[in-house]
Amino acid sequence: MLEMFQICISLLDSTIRIATPLIFCAMAGIFSERSGIIDIGLEGKMLLSAFVAASATFLTGSPWIGLFSAVVASGFASLIHGFACITNKGDQVISGLAINILASGLTITVGIALFSRGGQTPSLGSDQRFMPIDFPFQSLINNVPFFGDLYSDVISGHNVLVYLSLLAVFVTYYMVFKTRFGLRLRAVGEKPEAVDTAGISVIRMRYQAVIIAGILCGLAGAYLSIAHGAGFGREMSAGKGYIALAAMIFGKWNPIPTLFACLLFGFLEALGNRLQGVELYIIGEVPVQFMQALPYILTVILLAGFIGKARAPGAIGVPYSKEG
Amino acid sequence: MQKLFKLITVALLTLSASIVSAEIKPAVIFDMGGKFDKSFNESVFNGAQRFTKETGIKVMEFEVTNEAQREQGMRKMAQRGANVIVCVGFAQADACDKVAKEFPNTKFSIIDVGWLDNANMRQYVFNEHEGSFLVGALAAMASKTGKVGFVGGMDIPLIRKFACGYVQGAKAVNSKVEVYQNMTGTTPAAWNDPAKGSELAKSQFDRGADVVYAAAGGTGTGVYQAAADAGKLAIGVDSNQNYLHPGTMLTSMLKRVDLATYETFMDVKSGNFTSGVKVLGLKEDGVGWAYDKHNKSLITDVMKSTINGLSDKVKSGAIKVHDYMSDNNCPA
Repeated sequence: MLEMFQICISLLDSTIRIATPLIFCAMAGIFSERSGIIDIGLEGKMLLSAFVAASATFLTGSPWIGLFSAVVASGFASLIHGFACITNKGDQVISGLAINILASGLTITVGIALFSRGGQTPSLGSDQRFMPIDFPFQSLINNVPFFGDLYSDVISGHNVLVYLSLLAVFVTYYMVFKTRFGLRLRAVGEKPEAVDTAGISVIRMRYQAVIIAGILCGLAGAYLSIAHGAGFGREMSAGKGYIALAAMIFGKWNPIPTLFACLLFGFLEALGNRLQGVELYIIGEVPVQFMQALPYILTVILLAGFIGKARAPGAIGVPYSKEG
Repeated sequence: MQKLFKLITVALLTLSASIVSAEIKPAVIFDMGGKFDKSFNESVFNGAQRFTKETGIKVMEFEVTNEAQREQGMRKMAQRGANVIVCVGFAQADACDKVAKEFPNTKFSIIDVGWLDNANMRQYVFNEHEGSFLVGALAAMASKTGKVGFVGGMDIPLIRKFACGYVQGAKAVNSKVEVYQNMTGTTPAAWNDPAKGSELAKSQFDRGADVVYAAAGGTGTGVYQAAADAGKLAIGVDSNQNYLHPGTMLTSMLKRVDLATYETFMDVKSGNFTSGVKVLGLKEDGVGWAYDKHNKSLITDVMKSTINGLSDKVKSGAIKVHDYMSDNNCPA
């Protein structure tokens, strides 16, 4: 029983760590897509900012400067995306893909030029990273059965970006559904003509949305390279941006359900990591391939049968032109 | 006039050809990691450096930055008159095979490949299972919990070969040892996912493991970091990675690709180049374990003597380490 409980605790702990970059990226996706701009480039922006965060931190020695640079870099990538598909009315999917390809090539090329390590950055010491924060009163509560472990392992003991990602969910919810900005944002994504008629600039709204998305992706990237990890490795985002995109659709472009979708994906991966090579009762050993495919299989099943139709914002993917 | 021009061209060509064949012009095609990757490629680079230092002959280099460049790079080297080219890693197998057929007079040497068949090509295969056997034994001796872990990169037979040797080594010194095995993935992305590597290592620590061996390319850095963060021990791979986290890197399983590079160039220079497959194991010093100032404090005299004893037995054939790739099966 106690062992079972320990396993659950470590599973939850791992779930949160894995879900953090997904949460940031999914929130970024919500801002962008709620304004009507498809954001396939989440992956690329995360990768780019992971590289910038690690490089800037290594060169300056301060993770805060790394974090700031990552956010700026990712915001800049968002501006390129915005310039291509808001100002110039280009295809949003193609622009997003271009950012992904650009990030994948640029990080390696610049990485080789700067550090000559095959695209990796040198690894960072513990004073150059965001290390786990231990909450107060841990030794006091530790003695309380069950809750003590829950407090010290699951709630406490993460780095600052993990807590920031949870905060980001509530801020996103508040901004999108409770503020004037949010109302306009949603309107721009549904019926930009209506917003335009009301005298609000569609272009400006959309730019604001993609910049916010860029900032959030920057945080996700920094988490990968200077908080959870200790340095940049080529292609280290490893498809997390696409999973975040799936989580966002799964959560119907709504921050709270999206948070749970991210946590679910994180949980499945954590579970997969732990079940690999383990003999289960009756079933026997589960193949690696199955465990790794599980999040995707589940997405298909849940999307097909359980959550009903996922409805995208009405004007998504359509560039706005006044004459149009 | 035209005839004269042709004649001059032919004369020039013969002249240049005779100059080229008079001396050895070695070349290396580094793979995607780049020559300073602190691992595989850098080891090859060190072998080439050693050759240059001893003979004064410069080695031409090419670093590929994407897959398409492999073939181009090799062809360019051959055209520029390189007469011996070292191809680095199994990912270059197809390109190396193709270019070797196009330039039958150029000698090729490829590392980690044993299935090609060219009269002008030498292939190096390493007995990674023997090296893994030794570090497995070290892991089992260093473990206080009797539980050790393995994190592989992409799930391919070569990595299973590492894992299988490791398990056999751990069991050789402690028959009750528990070995947790994880593969990072089933696609090439599994070589570059340090975040996943770190999670896999943490999951093994949660289950009680206190030593973890990573054979996972760039994913390994996440594993070593996780071990350093958690105060557990980790084992590096390919080149000596002990310096990455002194104090928590128990050792590294060495694969002497530098030796293969150096040997190839030396053999061509002395005219002893032979084609075919060369197997480098413990006996040939092709694999081994790293012991230096960074892990000195972690290795006790008992551990050292036990490992040396096991090593001698493997060399003499008294212990036969099973090779997973011989029958795609691991008995341990």
